[in-house]
Amino acid sequence: MADLTTNFIGITSPNPFWLASAPPTDKEYNVRRAFEAGWGGVVWKTLGEAGPPVVNVNGPRYGVVYGADRRVLGLNNIELITDRPLEVNLEEMRRVKRDWPDRALIASLMVPVNEDAWREILHRVEDTGCDGVELNFGCPHGMSERGMGSAVGQVPEYVGQVAHWCKKHSNLPVIVKLTPNITDIRKPAQAAKDGGADAVSLINTINSITSVDLDLFAPEPTIDGQGAHGGYCGPAVKPIALNMVAEIARDPATAGLPISGIGGVTTWRDAAEFMALGAGNVQVCTAAMTYGFKIVQEMISGLSQYMDDKGFTSVDQLVGRAVPNVVNWKDLNLNYVTKAKINQDDCIKCGRCYAACEDTSHQAIAMSEDRVFTVKDDECVACNLCVNVCPIEGCITMERMAAGAVDPRTGEVVREEYANWTTHPNNPGRCAAE
Amino acid sequence: MRDRQLAPGIVAGRLDPAALQSNFTDLHPPLDDHEALVAADRCYFCHDAPCITACPTSIDIPLFIRQIATGTPEAAAKTILSQNILGGMCARVCPTETLCEEACVREAAEGQPVLIGRLQRYATDTLMEQGVHPFTRAAPTGRRVAVVGAGPAGLACAHRLAMKGHDVTLYDGRAKPGGLNEFGIAAYKSTDSFAAREVAWLMQGGGITLETGKRLGREITLTELQEDHDAVFLGIGLGGVNALGLSGEDREGMRDAVDFIADLRQADDLASLPVGRDVVVIGGGMTAVDAAVQAKLLGALNVTLVYRRGRERMNASRYEQDLAASKGVRIVTNATPIAVHGNGAVREVEFEYSDDDLRPTGERFRLPADQVFKAIGQALEGADLPARDGRKIAVSGPGRTSLPGVWAGGDCAAGGDDLTVTAVAEGRDAAEDIHATLMAEG
Ligand SMILES: Cc1cc2nc3c(=O)[nH]c(=O)nc-3n(C[C@H](O)[C@H](O)[C@H](O)COP(=O)(O)OP(=O)(O)OC[C@H]3O[C@@H](n4cnc5c(N)ncnc54)[C@H](O)[C@@H]3O)c2cc1C
Ligand SMILES: Cc1cc2nc3c(=O)[nH]c(=O)nc-3n(C[C@H](O)[C@H](O)[C@H](O)COP(=O)(O)O)c2cc1C
Ligand code: SF4
Ligand code: SF4
Ligand code: SF4
Repeated sequence: MADLTTNFIGITSPNPFWLASAPPTDKEYNVRRAFEAGWGGVVWKTLGEAGPPVVNVNGPRYGVVYGADRRVLGLNNIELITDRPLEVNLEEMRRVKRDWPDRALIASLMVPVNEDAWREILHRVEDTGCDGVELNFGCPHGMSERGMGSAVGQVPEYVGQVAHWCKKHSNLPVIVKLTPNITDIRKPAQAAKDGGADAVSLINTINSITSVDLDLFAPEPTIDGQGAHGGYCGPAVKPIALNMVAEIARDPATAGLPISGIGGVTTWRDAAEFMALGAGNVQVCTAAMTYGFKIVQEMISGLSQYMDDKGFTSVDQLVGRAVPNVVNWKDLNLNYVTKAKINQDDCIKCGRCYAACEDTSHQAIAMSEDRVFTVKDDECVACNLCVNVCPIEGCITMERMAAGAVDPRTGEVVREEYANWTTHPNNPGRCAAE
Repeated sequence: MRDRQLAPGIVAGRLDPAALQSNFTDLHPPLDDHEALVAADRCYFCHDAPCITACPTSIDIPLFIRQIATGTPEAAAKTILSQNILGGMCARVCPTETLCEEACVREAAEGQPVLIGRLQRYATDTLMEQGVHPFTRAAPTGRRVAVVGAGPAGLACAHRLAMKGHDVTLYDGRAKPGGLNEFGIAAYKSTDSFAAREVAWLMQGGGITLETGKRLGREITLTELQEDHDAVFLGIGLGGVNALGLSGEDREGMRDAVDFIADLRQADDLASLPVGRDVVVIGGGMTAVDAAVQAKLLGALNVTLVYRRGRERMNASRYEQDLAASKGVRIVTNATPIAVHGNGAVREVEFEYSDDDLRPTGERFRLPADQVFKAIGQALEGADLPARDGRKIAVSGPGRTSLPGVWAGGDCAAGGDDLTVTAVAEGRDAAEDIHATLMAEG
């Protein structure tokens, strides 16, 4: 079994699976049980200023998008930061860290944008023995209306400023948690880096309305006939999160900045994908809220098995491995010609490939009287739609055409060498091929 | 009760009421809302779906399943009923394992078809429970059509004609409508008087006058009907039963399986229905299986179903055979009955082993029996019917017979399987043809 020990910005944990700042980490009882279940670390539920804590709604705070059999695909929430007194949280953090010294314990913080407020909270938090702080610039509802959370995260100058204060007033490693509710994720990441942050974590939740009650005509979750937008997370947001992680990992301005990957991590495979795109570890919320803490055992065994299969002896060998292969569209090889191919032995003759291609794409699949489906190579543009809609995995494959063969669709000879849009004759701004 | 079970002869009350109650509940209990959604989610919404082709009434299965999946079972029911007005009964009795579900691509993929029949029941039950009849009649045409036989074929035909605006008189020789839905289908497939409820629901559409106790060849004649109506449809099923032609066939305890089943379907109290201790059923079709299974469920100690050819040749599907075996029915194949023994009442039936081509092997055996059910096929009854093709009424196209203005469909007409759903399809298609013909006449 591969060693999953992770060192993220100097903070070690037995594995790269942390619980994100959210209800699973809201109190001592939860966090102790999470550590018992095997989680490598937790980011404690976001703390606010001393004084009377925030209040939550007393009606429903979650909405869900379901897949087949009520599988939770996406979760939306209108919960705020911790609604328990600061002192209670700090005392609990201290006790838990004392009893679990090998696990990572990070304090998530959100206070108004003024230096005193940050200095004050940092001092109180340092006292708990925690391993670092995460600045919550992501929460997109409620707190943002009060000038905090994503209201900060959407303004790169504020992000850099607060990161700077935190480095100035504390020796703890600082992670800046980014909001995805922004056009270009690289800007706040760069601001965090410039402000001195040790790492960024992303994504926080995405502004969302999960559904509308068609009898009450109100968004869900509905509170007394009304609803407010919430923050979306869970498997549905993973593609968005992966892209944002990759953007930061491959931009020269931010490359090398440590990233804690968050957003829809549900299985070991999701975690491995985030890490391959540059995340040094991952954080999980919705999957734990859906299935309980035990899922970490599958994540641990799955990632170990994968690393063993690949011959990786440390998670560092996985981190960032896919980053060089994330390129811009213009860099893609236009001489890579493929054709869909249907394996007749696997085909169950449902006709979905036919309907998809015939109705909405390139009319490149033929259907015979007796329901035999075949690809017309002279029409197939290799779009992949048939592969995507076929219910049988592996039944339709994309087969590369050998160099020298003639593509029956274009009548052109498939060429061996790599050539992309930048040198394509149709490109008015092409540069001459070397 | 134990004594009752062991008591020889044909006696009532072999099982206590609780056991009978549980034995005769729904074979496949209805899906609840969540089960229906899970089952519906498995449908791939196939293009030109093979399940539709396999359904004799060509129900748009992917569409109705999608309507269930999106929370509109009422719309799903309408999709079903527009093709098959007895979609509720068909959902319960269709041998789906040889029809739609056999063709389902998920059967090919993983041996687990989408539960089409049970989803169909979910949708139709939902609508029928609301007491809604989703169709309305077209403007009256002033045409009168006689439909003879209120079984599935006649009901489907009458309904479609009524919807087209024709006035239909539906005659049936029995006191109750429904045909074999009411008198033949196994009790655990049609529970809670479903057959009667379905007919009552269908009649809500209007335009149909039901005349029970009117039998063609007894109270009414075909010539009279032709004179009084613009068209006639015959959906009289197969009223007669084939005889074994054995010595001793008239002994006490020998019965036609269909009569036993009809008694069972009409019984108010199953505990009052007598059944033998050692029951032998002769035949290999659905009727034989139903008689055997229900005899067993009524409390017969030993039930043996004997078929003269091999298993593969049995008309009952493999699923039905397995169902019988699971209920404790013993299936003996390749054995032809040759004699019924006993003094007055039957005591034993003697068989001779035979190969699939019915060549006797000379080897014989006897089975003890105090009750024997004959289920070797039904036959068309009646004189003065249109020309025949073999043992049934000859038809061309959508049920046209040799007589002008007379159509036929269902079990009494040649061609097609003897199934409820086939009868519905034939009745419906004949109605469309009758309608087209009457309207063309102007
Ligand atoms: C025991 C048994 C079990 C079966 N189980 C199944 C099953 O599980 N699934 C399935 O799909 N199929 C099953 N079948 C077959 C199915 O019941 C028939 O195919 C279907 O009922 C045929 O419909 P029909 O309308 O043609 O005839 P019928 O249902 O037989 O209806 C004919 C009607 O005509 C009336 N009638 C007859 N003669 C006259 C006359 N001279 N004048 C006036 N009225 C007359 C009768 O009273 C009856 O109401 C079963 C059949 C039997 C016998
Ligand atoms: C109910 C709920 C409350 C949350 N509260 C916080 C919070 O207080 N602080 C924070 O930084 N993120 C909070 N989040 C965001 C999560 O930490 C995480 O970034 C997000 O859910 C994406 O990860 P996931 O897809 O694994 O759930 C919350 C999420 C949920 C569902
Ligand atoms: S979608 Fe796949 S299984 Fe269905 S017909 Fe096409 S190739 Fe066959
Ligand atoms: S009517 Fe019968 S064969 Fe047709 S879809 Fe329904 S259950 Fe299947
Ligand atoms: S064949 Fe099966 S999966 Fe395809 S449409 Fe019919 S029920 Fe659905």
